[in-house]
Amino acid sequence: MKYKDYYAALGVEKTASADEIKKAYRKLARKYHPDVSKEKDAKEKFQEVSEAYETLKDPEKRAAYDQLGSYQPGQDFRPPPGWEQQFSQGGFTFDDVDLADLFAGLGGGRGFRGGGRARADMPIPGEDYEVQARITLEQAYRGTMLDLNLQVPEYDNQGRVHRVPVTFTARIPKGVSDGERLRLPGKGGKGMNGGRDGDLYLNISIAPHRLYRVSGRDVYLDVPLAPWEAVLGATIEIPTLGGTVRIKVKPGTQAGQQLRLAKRGLPKPGAEGDLYAIVQIAVPPDASEPEQALYTQLSQVSTFDPRRHFTTDTADASGTH
Amino acid sequence: MQVELTEAVWLDERGSVTLVELSQCSGLTQEELRDLMDLGAIEPIDAAATEPSFGAQCIVAARTACRLRDDFELDPQGLALVLSLLERVQELEDALQRLNARLPRMPR
Repeated sequence: MKYKDYYAALGVEKTASADEIKKAYRKLARKYHPDVSKEKDAKEKFQEVSEAYETLKDPEKRAAYDQLGSYQPGQDFRPPPGWEQQFSQGGFTFDDVDLADLFAGLGGGRGFRGGGRARADMPIPGEDYEVQARITLEQAYRGTMLDLNLQVPEYDNQGRVHRVPVTFTARIPKGVSDGERLRLPGKGGKGMNGGRDGDLYLNISIAPHRLYRVSGRDVYLDVPLAPWEAVLGATIEIPTLGGTVRIKVKPGTQAGQQLRLAKRGLPKPGAEGDLYAIVQIAVPPDASEPEQALYTQLSQVSTFDPRRHFTTDTADASGTH
Repeated sequence: MQVELTEAVWLDERGSVTLVELSQCSGLTQEELRDLMDLGAIEPIDAAATEPSFGAQCIVAARTACRLRDDFELDPQGLALVLSLLERVQELEDALQRLNARLPRMPR
């Protein structure tokens, strides 16, 4: 069994009072709770903190923990002789037991969120699990197979808990969007005494894409046009998630204009997203001499003043004083 | 170790859930759910129905509420407040994401 320093996890001394432990937990919970925190690794940190608090808030469990002795975090250890008889109902094999499961088992509880004591024959529903899954935009568009590797608690005949690896493949339907949750029915913890199996919830996030930006099921793409394409109009090819598409750009297209390509965003029956192509006017970074000559000629011929509204606005503003 | 294929389904394919089902899914008691309903934190599909039913999205809110209840020892009033603030944060983040998606990125 690997040792974990619960006092260090909460940042308190071994001599800390129950009140100090509670205060330390609340402070850290506010900082790292995955539902409210934007901290990196919030979930892992909160798990450490809440595991430590689950044991240290309970005087009996804290006494049992203190009796284990002190080791380096992660160091392999065995409880001192007599510990088992004093604190647990016996029968533990310590080798494959996680410290958290050991303490959750003390006093007959069923883990962190088991909630309440159950009669031996009462149906107990399996726990629901939540897992984060990051996929690419292409995977979201086409649907994908996702290999999930989980460490899940499993209860043996004596009600003792062990962490066991579970691997399965989930088929993600096409068209999931960022932040969406999917449900894998019956893939949570096993129910006991006829209780239903829990579900597994997948929280989907979509990795940032080189070309596209996603908003719900709509997809945005910047489409740079050469100045002459914007002025004269053009037929251009743009990449979409479903393949290349030819679109017509009207003469006189302005930067910032959006061309909507219906139903070319993320698919979902009845709620297909659209693709928005946002026009940008791109200027050649180093125009050649003949190009410069043509632009010079253009500047001499054109009467176009892109900043005419500046002068009109200024005239209006002066009248208000 | 066993490898098997599981179909992931949209949360809204569950359609609606009853109060009992929502309680089972979330870990909140029916009484706590009724408190959250009274406080407007979780809204049933038909407020006038004797046996309330809820949209599948309520599962997410109720599960969050259960975690917050356990981890912060919050009462229904506090829970309802946190849930409404979290919902607002989510709406603002969605709006920000929509705006960011519309903002052209300057080419390299």
